[in-house]
Amino acid sequence: MIAVINYGLGNVGSILNMLKKIGAKDSILAQTPSEIAQADKLILPGVGAFDTGMELLHRSGLINAMNIHVLENKKPILGICLGMQMLGLSSEEGVHQGLGYIDFRSKKFLMKDKEWKIPHMGWDYVEVVKKENPLVSESKPPLKYYFVHSYHAVCKNFEDILMNCDYGYTFTAAVNKNNIYGVQFHPEKSHKYGMELLSNFVKACG
Amino acid sequence: MYNRPRIIPCLLIQEQGLVKTVKFSKPNYLGDVINAVKIFNEKEVDELCLLDITASTEGRGPDFSLLRNIASEAFMPMSYGGGISTLDQAKKLFFIGYEKVILNTSFVLHPGLIYEIAEFAGSQSVVVSIDAKKKVLGGYQCYINDGKKRTENTPAELAVLAEKSGAGEILLNCIDRDGTMSGYDIDLVKSVAEKVSIPVIACGGASKVSDLRQVLQEGHAHAAAAGSMFVYYGKKKAVLINVPDEQELIAGGVYVE
Repeated sequence: MIAVINYGLGNVGSILNMLKKIGAKDSILAQTPSEIAQADKLILPGVGAFDTGMELLHRSGLINAMNIHVLENKKPILGICLGMQMLGLSSEEGVHQGLGYIDFRSKKFLMKDKEWKIPHMGWDYVEVVKKENPLVSESKPPLKYYFVHSYHAVCKNFEDILMNCDYGYTFTAAVNKNNIYGVQFHPEKSHKYGMELLSNFVKACG
Repeated sequence: MYNRPRIIPCLLIQEQGLVKTVKFSKPNYLGDVINAVKIFNEKEVDELCLLDITASTEGRGPDFSLLRNIASEAFMPMSYGGGISTLDQAKKLFFIGYEKVILNTSFVLHPGLIYEIAEFAGSQSVVVSIDAKKKVLGGYQCYINDGKKRTENTPAELAVLAEKSGAGEILLNCIDRDGTMSGYDIDLVKSVAEKVSIPVIACGGASKVSDLRQVLQEGHAHAAAAGSMFVYYGKKKAVLINVPDEQELIAGGVYVE
């Protein structure tokens, strides 16, 4: 069972629509610790500001159950957009600490050339760094996804970078460490490319 | 590295059907809207913009059951406008799968609503739509209520106010060019794009790839939207959903390196 964490932020409807489409019919919106505890995999969505996200997540009372799922039981979690940024240590956008599952911080896009408007909004191709990773190993490049963000992850360890993307310069578009996955783009809004990625998460990521 | 400006089909809904207007009137029924969205989804368009053109004039809110059915077939970014006048309606739209809400009439009547929605879901989720028409003696004027009610503002004034109120994007419609397939009004788009730092999506008048290129490069639009160009085909305007592919956009200078 896939649990989409419903803490009051993020486009949970779109994610459920796509999960239904790819056949993950027992997916639920989880808002209690026991629903998190029953899940095989978690999806952490998020649209909006970093501090708002962390505050709502704390207020939801779900973090402890998430920590048990991710850190003790080593079960998969996928963070999407702000949900990915919250997997890291912190963000320049706010003062709150992130969940700290992966060693990265989110920084604001710094453009020398005004041509590159912020937020980065639109479709872009990604370069897969870890080609053997179950989230992408079955997918044939080129892969493109829909992005909307002003901040991006900067990983401390190169081996945590799963995908790169270019917008003004090269930035980290997806991260992975063991059972923990994060994508900066919106797979639930990225046509067949996103469908394939979510389907890989549901079927292949153990 | 290509810069890929978004190319956005803009679909008009009336009485649960898909229509296309000319200069905001004479709606021509094209077919079933859910079917059309499915086809645009298969064609992998960048984003889809849906506007219920009679919600505000009929004084009603969004048709949530229709919109929920549409969203369940749409795996791409979706924006919706028409009859949104409260934060709760916006929240409901986000929940069922729309990431952006578009405000036109209610923005002019209650500018504070933009701030409320932006505070809840971020600026990137609020689009202000500006419907502009050329004045007889020069300059432009904005309209609300599906182009039926004139306001005292110029498009640039409303755009600046929208940005200040927390909007993340401007959808700029040129009423005079709507459905005419005679090219975008470049001066209008430029007059707005120069005044704001948020993205401006130009709409109204496109018929071919070179129109898209022109409004992006000369009009400084950040994205190009169109209706007729994507739903009519050929000189006789047969109803046929068609969108330029990546190669055509590169060859036509829309995607630039």
